Amino acid sequence: MERVVDPLMKKNTSRDRSIAIAFLILLAVLAVAPFYAYPQFVMQVLCFALFACAFNLLIGYVGLLSFGHALYFGWASYVCAHMIKIGTISIPYWPGAWLVIPLPPLSPELGILAGALTGAVLGLVAGSLAIRRQGIYFAMITLALAQMMYFFALQAKFTGGEDGIQGVPRGKLFGLISLADPYTMYAFVVVVFLAGFLFIYRVIHSPFGEVLKAIRENEARAISLGYKTDRYKLVAFVLSTTLAGVAGATKAVVMQIASISDVVWQMSGEVVLMTLVGGLGTIFGPVIGAFVILTMQYKLAAFGEWVTVIQGVIFVACVLLFRRGIVGEIANILRVKL
Amino acid sequence: MFEIFGIPSTALFGQLLIGLINGSFYALLSLGLAVIFGMLNIINFSHGAQYMMGAFAAYIILQATGLGYWPALIIAPIIVGITGIIIERTMLQWLYKLDHLYGLLLTFGIALIIEGVARNYFGSAGLPYTLPDSLRGGQNLGFMFLPNYRAWVIAVSLVVCLGTWFVIERTKLGSYLRAATENPTLVRAMGVNVPRMITLTYGFGVALAAFAGVMAAPIYNVSPQMGSELIIVVFAVVVIGGMGSILGAIVTGFGLGVIEGLTKVFFPEASNTVIFVIMAIVLLVRPAGLFGRRA
Repeated sequence: MERVVDPLMKKNTSRDRSIAIAFLILLAVLAVAPFYAYPQFVMQVLCFALFACAFNLLIGYVGLLSFGHALYFGWASYVCAHMIKIGTISIPYWPGAWLVIPLPPLSPELGILAGALTGAVLGLVAGSLAIRRQGIYFAMITLALAQMMYFFALQAKFTGGEDGIQGVPRGKLFGLISLADPYTMYAFVVVVFLAGFLFIYRVIHSPFGEVLKAIRENEARAISLGYKTDRYKLVAFVLSTTLAGVAGATKAVVMQIASISDVVWQMSGEVVLMTLVGGLGTIFGPVIGAFVILTMQYKLAAFGEWVTVIQGVIFVACVLLFRRGIVGEIANILRVKL
Repeated sequence: MFEIFGIPSTALFGQLLIGLINGSFYALLSLGLAVIFGMLNIINFSHGAQYMMGAFAAYIILQATGLGYWPALIIAPIIVGITGIIIERTMLQWLYKLDHLYGLLLTFGIALIIEGVARNYFGSAGLPYTLPDSLRGGQNLGFMFLPNYRAWVIAVSLVVCLGTWFVIERTKLGSYLRAATENPTLVRAMGVNVPRMITLTYGFGVALAAFAGVMAAPIYNVSPQMGSELIIVVFAVVVIGGMGSILGAIVTGFGLGVIEGLTKVFFPEASNTVIFVIMAIVLLVRPAGLFGRRA
């Protein structure tokens, strides 16, 4: 019953071909990008691209709008930065009493793993609360929970409050390969990004992914067919928050800082905007969207607060005029799936 | 002067009062959200920004024309309400056939625009708005000092909230509104101009937010981010209360304001988060919300 075998799904060569070509173009761009653009910037784009892809897994394929994805991104970034820089974990279990787990500073890949775990645990808790309500309430609950954890981040000692965790060392991958060199770092970030990207592609095109799409189209019918949709939604939610955690943790290694600006509600809005601009429910859309929005922020930095206004205008324009987004429009013109 | 659980009574009553004030704003804003959601099926994310617009409108009216608090209390909601009507006519009306989520995204974009523009012209720092002379001073109630303006805010919000409840639940106009919420096509067939009713409802909801903004102006500083911080809490209030019931929205708003005030006395570290924690508990115990109907 859990397996859906649809003959139409087995082989869809035209879909496979267009996606394969687009993927090859993406690989080619990634191979040459650090030589034409500032590697630090490209790495930042890749972190946000993975973040947006994770977010898109929910809105694009399950129809769930999480308006608090900064929570997983930002907290994973904090945890990763802390584990790489300091290591020792102190948890207050009673006012004034601390449970201290002495750990040495971890290597970057273990730090990112800790970030992924953070995303997963937070996603499991927030997700099990949020899926108790449908539609618009889901968005409001995820936003409210993210705001709550923002206040915790502001008050917790280890996050450094307004200062954030600064001077995070890049360290040595597996204790062997130094990430101090920008190109080595870049190669590592590309590997992390591609792993996440391909994993999401695999999930979407698995029988599990088909059930998710069925829930998006008509949840009541999916329930009537015997699917426990709440479980599917929760698993999808946790997958998404885990990947958002990976993205946030990787960003902490890349930027060498974890700051409060990654946990605020504006960040949750930004990832929505990236996905919307690129194209909801397209595989490559979030990547393009992250690139477009970050480039815009970078180029328009001199205009200060007007950037917020411009982002608002883009939001309005996307919703009113082109809901398919950039990649969705291209796919529509070329009559392919991307 | 006496003590309750080791807390001086003046501090306790002082925080209770602040809680009631915050509760008034929660109630006014969640009421507006519920009214708009009922008719338009859209969660108005720009509600906080429109509340902030109300406060700025009062400030600008004072600076430009010298008209003080009392005229502003009428003029500012009308102006902001008209901008709301323009937004509904030019943008929101195209989204009714789509998924709810697009309404949320569109109004989020509008909120970013309003907040960004305000920040450009007025900066992030708060601007002071002076109290009207007629509401200065206060009463000594024996156990605490009650500033006149605070008493006025609580009284007026109660009156406005209950007035809105009365209009919607007990008048002919309200019965049209409720009918149009249930079945717009049928109400239209009876000769009621439903699209105009929807437009006016949005205008009214927005004006209500602006009204709250004008009332907030003398208490809090007038600042561009005053709305976005508030609206997220109001969302939690709406999740707790459920949007099915007008009276429920009012009761939840005031109640949570008071609880938040009490938290400030007994456990100040949690005062920012207590409403979100209550939301999580309510979701566990009564997923449909305290006054919500199971969908």
